[in-house]
Parts: sequence; C-alpha cells; structure tokens
Amino acid sequence: MAKMLMKGNEAIGEGAIRAGCRYFFGYPITPQSELPHYLAKKMPEVGGLYLQAESETASINMVFGAAGAGARVMTSSSGPGISLMQEGISYLAGAELPCVIVNIIRGGPGLGNIAPAQSDYFQAVKGGGHGDYRLIVLAPASVQEIIDLMGDAFDLADKYRNPVMLMGDGVLGQMMEPVELAGEKEITIPKKPWASTGRMGRKDKRLISSLQIVPENCEKHNIKLFEKYAVAGQNEQRWEEYCLEDAELVLVAFGTAARICKAVVDTCRAEGRAVGLLRPVTLWPFPVKAFEKTIATAKRYLSVEMSMGQMVEDVRLAVNGRRPVSFYGRVGGMLPVARDIYNEVQKLLARGKA
Amino acid sequence: MEKVFTRPNSLKDMPMHYCPGCTHGIVHRLVAEVIDEMDMFDRAIAVASVGCSVFAYEYFYCDAYQASHGRAPAVATGIKRVLPDRLVFTYQGDGDLASIGTGEVVHAAARGEKFTAIYINNAIYGMTGGQMAPTSLMGQVTITTPYGRDRENNGFPVRMSEMLALLDGSAYVTRVSVHSPASVGKAKKAIRKAFEVQMAGLGFSIVEVLSSCPTNWGLPPLKALKWLEENMIPYYPLGELKIAAEVV
Repeated sequence: MAKMLMKGNEAIGEGAIRAGCRYFFGYPITPQSELPHYLAKKMPEVGGLYLQAESETASINMVFGAAGAGARVMTSSSGPGISLMQEGISYLAGAELPCVIVNIIRGGPGLGNIAPAQSDYFQAVKGGGHGDYRLIVLAPASVQEIIDLMGDAFDLADKYRNPVMLMGDGVLGQMMEPVELAGEKEITIPKKPWASTGRMGRKDKRLISSLQIVPENCEKHNIKLFEKYAVAGQNEQRWEEYCLEDAELVLVAFGTAARICKAVVDTCRAEGRAVGLLRPVTLWPFPVKAFEKTIATAKRYLSVEMSMGQMVEDVRLAVNGRRPVSFYGRVGGMLPVARDIYNEVQKLLARGKA
Repeated sequence: MEKVFTRPNSLKDMPMHYCPGCTHGIVHRLVAEVIDEMDMFDRAIAVASVGCSVFAYEYFYCDAYQASHGRAPAVATGIKRVLPDRLVFTYQGDGDLASIGTGEVVHAAARGEKFTAIYINNAIYGMTGGQMAPTSLMGQVTITTPYGRDRENNGFPVRMSEMLALLDGSAYVTRVSVHSPASVGKAKKAIRKAFEVQMAGLGFSIVEVLSSCPTNWGLPPLKALKWLEENMIPYYPLGELKIAAEVV
C-alpha cells in the first residue's frame, strides 16, 4: 500500500477518479483551486473530461445533463459559487439525479474572504435551494478521510439517486497530510435504468425532469422523496466517538473544528476531566443516534463551530431539552484556538459543579 | 388508398397545449420530420426549456430533458459530452435563450459544443402573459411596455444570431421564418443542415425561427403572420449568417 503526501483538495480529485468519476464541470474559485488543477491534469490521463464552465450556474446544469445521461459526475466550488448553484441543486434533487458537489467553505457572507469557515452549514443541510429536498452531506476531517469518503459519496448518490455534498473548509482543502492509497480496485457503477440516453431501440421514453405541473402529482413526488430521505436518515448516520464512554461534557464539532477539539479533549483527559468529542461525519442525516448513546453520561453539550452557531441548532434538536447545550465559535476565516475552547470547557465544567 | 401525409414518428400523438395560430406546432413538426428523415429517432435527445415550450419534452417522442430557465445549452453540453454520438438539440424561446440564458448559449457556441439550438423568436414572453422580451421591437406594445418599447427605458432588441455568428465555435448559424408555406420549407432545410453539421462534429449550430404569438400580440393568426413578415423580418433579416468552411 502506497503512502504519500497529499493536499486535501488534490485528495478530493484522486478520490473522485478512484470512485470512477470521469466528468468534472467547474468554475475557478479560491480556496478549492487545487482540485480543478489536479483534475485538469488527471482526467485526460484516465479518459475523463475536465471542463471549465463559464459560471457555477452553467457548471451545475452541465452536471444535470451528464448525470441524466448516466455518468458519474461532480463539480466543486466555495460559498459564493455554491450559492449560484442552488437553483440547479434543487433541480437535481427534484429530478433525482446522482452527483457529487464539493464545497470548500470560505468566510462569508457576501464576498467575505478566502479563509476557512463552516458557515455554509445551514445552506447545505437545511435546503439552500427552493422547495422541499435534502442533500446527503459528508464532512471529512482529514485528508485520508477525504479519500475514503469520496467513494462513499458517489455510492450514496447512486444508491439514493440524490446529490451528495462533500463539505470541507479552507484548512482541509489546503493542508498536506500523509495518505494511504488502497490499490486500484475494480469499480462497479450501478446500472441506471432511468438514464435518458436516446432510445437506442428501447420501447419506453425516458425523461429527466423536475416539473410536476399537476399539484396532486407534485405532492406525491414530494412524499416519495421524503420516504427516500427517511430511509437515508435512518441508515446513513455516521459519526466518530472520541473519549465518549464516560463523558460528562460532550464537545460536538465537525471537520477542522473537530481536529482542534480533539486536542482539547486530550488536555482535559490528562487532567482527569470526563470530556469527550462527538464528531458528526454526516451533517445530513445528522447523527442523532450518537446523541442517544451519550445522553446517559452527558451533563452538558458544547457545539464548537467555525460559524456564528449553525450546527448547534441540530445539536439542540437532538438533545431535545434534556441537557443544556452551549456554543463556542470563531467566524469569518478565524479558527477556534485550543486554548480558548479549553477555557470555555473549564467555565462549563465549573458551572456544572455549582 | 395511398397515405401521403401523416404525423412524424418522432412526434407523439397527443393534443398540444399551444394557442390557436401559434407556430410552435409547425416548428415541432419540422424538427420531428427531420429526425425521421435522417433516421435519427433512436439517437435523438430533446432538451426542453422554460417558457411556452416547457412541455416540448412531451411532444417529442424521443428521450428528453427539461432544463431550468436559460440553462438548456449547459444541460445539452453535459449530455453531449457523455454521449457524443447522439443527436442533441435544445428548444428555447427568446426569453430563455436571449435573456436569462445569454451566458449559457454564448459560451456553448464559443466552445463549439456539438449540439443544435432551435431558437424560437416571437418577440414576446408568452407563457407568463405577454411581457416585453429582449427581442421585442422598438415601439412594440406589450403588457410591460404599455406605451411601446422605448430606447431610454428598455434599450434595443437583441439580435442573438448575429452575435453568435461572430464566435469561432459556431459552425452553422441561420435565421428562418414560418410565416408562409415557402418559408416553412426553407426552415425545414435549415434544421436538417444544422443537424447534419452537428452529426459531422463541426461545432455549434443554431436555427433561429421567427414565430408568431397571436394571443399576446393581440392579433388574429393570419394578421399575426403578416405582422411578423412586415415588422420582424426587416429587423431580423432571414438567411444564413455563418457557415463554417467545413460545411458542404
């Protein structure tokens, strides 16, 4: 097994190619640039296509066409570009087309900046585009996990015929870490008996569309989508447990924020404090099952985010009033510092004693 | 008795929702006839847009897509890049192609994407109720230009085909009309040529079809055709605007 140093953004590209993705449509934006750079070079080597579109709006609609034609296809961007894609993402979800969308989040709102953030959480897990729909949202916390999750992202997209978003931040995209690349394995892309490819002798006509002009049918379509989301919600929750078995204070964090929280947990544990970390790997479906496991020992939860407090709402829903939930965050491209999180933890532990 | 005229196989046998006197039905039929005559039914993929022709995917009997407003050229790009040997065409109105979707069609043409755009220009928004289109003529009265289109407020009509003809990726750009039997015949030939250019892999092709909208123009069908001939053709002259050297 080969071990090599790789940037997070490059790992997304390598993971996609290893997952059998052969079509990439995208528009340049920082801080995800190394990903298109990587794929522009690699896709032709594997007989794939890298196409630079004229805008994110065009990119996501090219993804719509390629996904409808049955291809494994992806696009990537960062906050402002992902905002431009929202109409298309809603169409993809409505037409039940599988694809992978990568968001390497930067500081916002507006043009914000190009520094790392997690403030697109709401946009990713609560909709973003118009209408009732859900994305499956994956949040890796290391370069190795990016590689591992890219294959899952495409498989989940095909399994549920739904767009999957892989969400990272500028730190994850830019940093280099050693990764182990498993040997090239045979990829089986599931058959797509719905793809609209030209009839080619087929009797039935195939249509890729999100239009449901008759209200009764549109309601039925929504109900069908939500039955699918219910299955995904039940079966696809993923999380990492770190020192949780007896944790009285449970830190909840994803991606880069979770990495920093791990260091805080280590410090607290060295001091004999019962602190642990619950790291959601799927942001949708949110890993509510993990909260049920921790609720017996937990006296309090602390959501640590690179935002003004977005995931904390889902933490509160999962805890459902049974324990106090606090929030600590840095925003606008600033990272939470271990020392500050530690101080926050100390404050909460002291409050717990009082 | 010998059957001399029938519905093309590429057109589904069902009632169309278009208004009386609308020329969409004629253009649908021409596209379907050409697909049949080129024996391309099994390889044809239609991309419907948003506007009056939003249900075109129902009428074309081949495989189809329904794209978001203005983005049909991007969707067609995605399809054709995955399935390069198929006959892919978009069917877009002037609101879709010349207003909200200008970016997509310009860049599809610039890249020389090998699909065909069938572009219906009737100088008005139909489905939403007769608003000014980017192609509405100077002085034209619409529901949102009740005093006539005026240069200070609304600027000038957009000649999309002339713009697209300037791009090196465009292999075939032509403007036709369907206001008379003779012009319908020419329109059919143009659609055939565009499809042939596409299948020869020569680049982007577009057929702009000047069409009538009796309902929103407030004219009976025959007068609408006359209005098209007398008002639209002088501003949007008919003929081939770009034929790449490779096109025979």
